[in-house]
Amino acid sequence: MSLLAKQARKAAKDRTAEKRQVASQWRLMWWKFKDHKLAYVALYVVALFYLSAILCEFLAPNDPRKRNARRKYAPPQGIHLIHEGRLRWPFAYAVVRHRDPETLRLTYESDRSQPVPLRLLAKGDPYRLWGLIPLNRHLVGLGEGERLYLLGADKLGRDVFSRILYGGRVSLSIGFAGVMISLILGVTIGGISGFYGGAVDTVIQRSIEVIQSFPGIPLWLALSAAMPDAWPQTWRYFCMTVILAVIGWTGMARVVRGKILSLREEDYAMAAQVAGVREFRIIMRHLIPGFLSHLIVSVTIAIPGMILGETSLSFLGLGMRPPAISWGVLLSEAQNINAIALYPWLLFPAAFVIVVVLMFNFLGDGLRDAADPYKS
Amino acid sequence: MLRFILHRFLILIPTLFLISVISFFIIQLPPGDYLTTMTVQLQETGQAGSEEQLEGLRERYGLDKPFIVQYWMWISGVVQGDFGESFAYDKPVWDLLWDRVGLTMLISALSILLTWAIALPIGVYSATHQYKFLDYVFTFLGFIGMATPGFMIALLLMYFAQRQGLSVGGLFSDQYLDAPWSWGKFVDFLQHVWIPVLILGVASTAGLIRTVRANLLDQLEMPYVVTARAKGLPTWRLIMKYPFRLAINPIISTIGWMLPGLISGSVIVAEVLSLPTTGPLLLSALMNQDMFLAGSFVMILSTLTVIGTLISDILLAWVDPRIRFGGQRA
Repeated sequence: MSLLAKQARKAAKDRTAEKRQVASQWRLMWWKFKDHKLAYVALYVVALFYLSAILCEFLAPNDPRKRNARRKYAPPQGIHLIHEGRLRWPFAYAVVRHRDPETLRLTYESDRSQPVPLRLLAKGDPYRLWGLIPLNRHLVGLGEGERLYLLGADKLGRDVFSRILYGGRVSLSIGFAGVMISLILGVTIGGISGFYGGAVDTVIQRSIEVIQSFPGIPLWLALSAAMPDAWPQTWRYFCMTVILAVIGWTGMARVVRGKILSLREEDYAMAAQVAGVREFRIIMRHLIPGFLSHLIVSVTIAIPGMILGETSLSFLGLGMRPPAISWGVLLSEAQNINAIALYPWLLFPAAFVIVVVLMFNFLGDGLRDAADPYKS
Repeated sequence: MLRFILHRFLILIPTLFLISVISFFIIQLPPGDYLTTMTVQLQETGQAGSEEQLEGLRERYGLDKPFIVQYWMWISGVVQGDFGESFAYDKPVWDLLWDRVGLTMLISALSILLTWAIALPIGVYSATHQYKFLDYVFTFLGFIGMATPGFMIALLLMYFAQRQGLSVGGLFSDQYLDAPWSWGKFVDFLQHVWIPVLILGVASTAGLIRTVRANLLDQLEMPYVVTARAKGLPTWRLIMKYPFRLAINPIISTIGWMLPGLISGSVIVAEVLSLPTTGPLLLSALMNQDMFLAGSFVMILSTLTVIGTLISDILLAWVDPRIRFGGQRA
């Protein structure tokens, strides 16, 4: 019996070894990436964050802009499972408001006798999904008339959790769009520099050195301060992505140039040239696929920097501004140290930023290891 | 070696020139100039600025001239050490900058020292105790340190300080604010300065731990380490004498980018902690379109960056002959 089991295991091992030999490069990378547990988990977490950014209107329990004078600085509402010793469908307690007669400070207490069951696909504030489809159902809620404050409320009684989800849409997409712009710039300029070499290469490389010698944040500050105050939020948004990309592309251009320099000496590149393929096509069709995996790694490593860039600029009041919602805007509203001391849940956006950046770092680490699957 | 340094210095000149052009271009970007801002302010407060007064200022600073002329007026002053005058403060830019650049450099330098003091022992420990419990702890902390921007650490720190009833922020207590330097002021300064130094040091410490650990691990696998071990050299003496010295090469190469990184980072941290360094002044200058002040800032910070890179390049070439000869061939 054990002999049989041993044989079966050996056969399985042979099969995987065989599979390894015939597997495509991308498949090998995927296998190697999956071995990096932390990065594998991070991939799913990052995907979850982007999914929540895409579906934020539906996932958020409340309208992030709706003020509620009766819930100013309301603390986070817990979700409970046990009421009077009995297990129940998840519920939240109704909130009662008190005003301290001496300090006039508002305090909130949950009313232990009034459980309000959590509802799936609950009716709530109306919204337009992606600005198009009018709906009023939210993933969870307490039904009409009651508002769920998972992470508390801010000074105007707006739901912090909903605001974080909406802010994620802006902050995460700015990072992504900024990287895409710098990727296009980097591939084009780095490609030209590496493919033609000579004087073109020297000029481009020197310019990159000059750009890289600018200290990032002061330059970002100066450029964002140049945006006129009167600009609408969408313009600011596009301008921010461009500003973040303007500095980010140089690293990408260097990677592309280095790789193209080495790849264009390969026989297949020469063959393509002899066959009369246009240069642009050689770069796009034959050289870039050769180091695509390295490009993906550079992109992944660059995104968290961009997200932090947006957060920092908006935090200082130079990037996105209220009424727009982004993680930086939320944090700049949490700048008042006295408010934070009393209402620490205003700092929750910071936790989201840190987790996203951390996950991107793990993901980048795993991808970097996997990018070269032939190295042991 | 001399040729290498000379070569690097020659590259420096066009780099600085381009930096100055770009700095000036950026501060010219916003529509209007400082006088527009001033006119609006005067109108808001009810004093209509006299046209002649504005015209006089415009002429004095050449605000009505084309870009190149304005740039020339500015840069020829800068070369002679005259950075122009701040509109908002009505003072020469250099007087405003001098103190603050000094303090910024001091805080950055202290952060670098702190980074080394923390990162080196931890990096060596992590590499020699790979996959042990503490190594995992340090790696985890390092990742979090790299993921958390300084201003968030500053916010969190202020939150905890507030709960403890401590005051955080500023570099001096109120009674020493305008006092001349004395022993008391120095002690007071030390009591305040460690917070920004610590906050600024976190990110680079985390990064340096990772680098030292990775480099030392690479070195520990080398055959020469095995040989030395086989010959019976005590472990610590062996590590300190050979692999460690190779593993800390990145310290030298990182001085160059640590300095600008710290200065960049300190802009925002300084704003949160309200430190009297370059950050808050730069911000207000940018917001007020106080262009000579803002431009000089960007210019000076960039110049420091370039010089930092140059120093680290030279140091690196000095310790590592491979770079020196590679540089000559190119």
